[in-house]
Amino acid sequence: MENFSLRHIARGALGAIGAAIFALAAPAVAQTPAPAASSGGGINMIDTIRARGQLLCGVNTGLAGFAQPNSQGVWVGFDVDYCRAVAIAIFGTDQNRVRYVPTTAQVRFTALQSGEVDLLSRNTTWTLSRDTSLGLDFTAINFYDGQGFLVKRSLNVTSARQLDGATICVQPGTTTEQNLADWARGARINIRPVVIERLEDNVAAYLAGRCDAYTTDVSGLAAIRSAQQVPNDHVILPDVISKEPLGALVRHGDQRFADLVRWVHFGLIAAEEFGVTAANAAQLATTDNRPEVQRILGRTGGLGQMMGVDNAWMLNVIRTLGNYGEIFTRNLTPIGLQRGPNALWTTPGGQQYAPPFR
Amino acid sequence: MSDTAIDPRYATRPPKRPLRLSWSDERVRGIVYQIIVVGIVGAIVYWLYSNTVHNLDVRRIATGWGFLNREAGLPIAEYLIPYDPTDTYFRALTVGVLNTLKVAVVGIILATLLGTLLGVLKLSKNWLVSKVVTVYIEIVRDLPLLLQLLFWYALLQGLPGPRQAINPATGVFLSNRGLKLPFFEWVDVHSWALLLVVIGAIGTYFFHKAARAKQMADGQPRAVWPSAVIMMLVVPLGAWYFMGAPFTPDIPALRGFNFSGGLTVSPEFFALLLGLTLYTAGFIAEIVRAGILSVNQGQWEAAEALGLPRGRVMNLVVLPQALRVIIPPMTSQFLNITKNSSLAVAIGYQDIVSIANTTLNQTGQAIEGIAVIMLVYLTISLSISLFMNWYNSKIALVER
Repeated sequence: MENFSLRHIARGALGAIGAAIFALAAPAVAQTPAPAASSGGGINMIDTIRARGQLLCGVNTGLAGFAQPNSQGVWVGFDVDYCRAVAIAIFGTDQNRVRYVPTTAQVRFTALQSGEVDLLSRNTTWTLSRDTSLGLDFTAINFYDGQGFLVKRSLNVTSARQLDGATICVQPGTTTEQNLADWARGARINIRPVVIERLEDNVAAYLAGRCDAYTTDVSGLAAIRSAQQVPNDHVILPDVISKEPLGALVRHGDQRFADLVRWVHFGLIAAEEFGVTAANAAQLATTDNRPEVQRILGRTGGLGQMMGVDNAWMLNVIRTLGNYGEIFTRNLTPIGLQRGPNALWTTPGGQQYAPPFR
Repeated sequence: MSDTAIDPRYATRPPKRPLRLSWSDERVRGIVYQIIVVGIVGAIVYWLYSNTVHNLDVRRIATGWGFLNREAGLPIAEYLIPYDPTDTYFRALTVGVLNTLKVAVVGIILATLLGTLLGVLKLSKNWLVSKVVTVYIEIVRDLPLLLQLLFWYALLQGLPGPRQAINPATGVFLSNRGLKLPFFEWVDVHSWALLLVVIGAIGTYFFHKAARAKQMADGQPRAVWPSAVIMMLVVPLGAWYFMGAPFTPDIPALRGFNFSGGLTVSPEFFALLLGLTLYTAGFIAEIVRAGILSVNQGQWEAAEALGLPRGRVMNLVVLPQALRVIIPPMTSQFLNITKNSSLAVAIGYQDIVSIANTTLNQTGQAIEGIAVIMLVYLTISLSISLFMNWYNSKIALVER
């Protein structure tokens, strides 16, 4: 009897190990296009996206101002506009050209690594270890952020230093989680984390009083605060405990696609700098005689072709979405965010800067 | 299954022939087919493996287990062994494994007790009791577990905040931060005393066995309880007393935002335990009921004819026989509790899945992270299976 059961279990174990190996290797099946391409000098993501007819864009599962479906079920937000901008640069229009893939903080990198999305535009912080060990590339910083704390006004807390002993809700798998631990250690404060994967459930735990404070990037806090019935019941504490440069990511392997995503961002910045807006872009494309504006809008220079897209790429993007400032005002001003460090470099304190279009 | 049994099939077995290297030899064909099948499976596994390694390499995704020694930097709310964010990923993952085991072990014990009780009650002759149990079983079995977990978690979050905590007795606080209970400061002496209790329990077990054997020989029943009390209670308490009898009460009190001191049962752990226990108890109740019903009615009647009261009939005659039917499906339920505990991610209990997920997200090493999760569940599940199969073979009918 015992012999029999041991053998039975051994057989089960072998089966399970086989299944484990299969599951381990399974992502490889999804990635099979890569080897052939990498040996042949890199796959052309722009062609792949064009052939598919759609850009697969990883976004947040729902964060007001950044990525959220509106009442008609249409995705809107700052990160969403970056997906659209890249799609417009490739296709000339974003009509049915973007498929949004909502990703949680924990699955976002795997989604991009495995090819489930082409582009990850999901308020993701650029760090050294992410840039080097994930097989991904950060393109550009489209939002300078920092980590803060949201507390209920009734708690009468005015500084994060007063949070000793507090329970703090934080999303797992984020730099936020590690920053919180670092900060608490540095400030010699004891905190108790509550980590729930889904953003909505996590915020619900904060609202229900399970946590004294909620921590994430200040932009995210503003989004959460603005979505409450009485935003004034909640306070964002003045302390900012980290640098959180956010931007879009692409997979390693096709630098040209990374270039395109990066320069679409610079194009939006440059457009704001030169006063090109959604309203006047089409007109300026024919009348403006500033050389750099002519090159951005594709009248001269052939910059689009160098990127592997149509010369009117930025003209199409700006005509549809407006420049960086317009995108910011449309999405982030309503949730109460100031331009702050995200103002153009020409204003004091502003850090958004675009290299020359030449 | 005994060695001396003569299976009639062996008697009619054809005599052994030498192997002929010919396609017409059935055994040669069999061997060739087996080699081909194993070869194909091996090739597929190798292809999957090499493809994975190649793709990881091409994408410059970090591989290997070096990350285990790096500083984790992630905060963990509940731990059975001391943990600090400056500890390594290995330690963090160990904390996760222990958290999984904690909820699984407590869940298995509670679900078994509750499920057995419900199974017996469902067979009750009291109409109301049996119907209430039926309704309960149908409800918990038919609702998805995740939904039930979220329900319990939301319910616990609905409790008042720490400053308005329900305070039914001194040092007991119930709030949305969990249940706080008074305790005392644990020192080494307590650990030693606890060890003596465990040794006493083992001693009692063997004493009980020896007493039973003697009773079988001469028919004289021997009381076990006096020596049990001495071994499990008097000796440890005496040892504790002579080592200085340290006892410092640790009563929780509200300090700042939260309670400090005492024992904490967090809402996350409690919601997970509650959900797993109540859900699985529904299945166990049905298994127990089926086991009891599988025992022939004649057994009841015979036992009652001997004058045994109904409770003893159940304990001494029916349940031991029912166990043979109950144990194998019970093993699956124990495995289910363990595996379902991975739903903890949804309500923020930091089990192995939660911590491994965070680890793979921070390090980018998804394959290693998933491998850790699989290895942990495989080990726990196989251990449970091995133990239950051993127990099953022990209580199985001895075939002669």
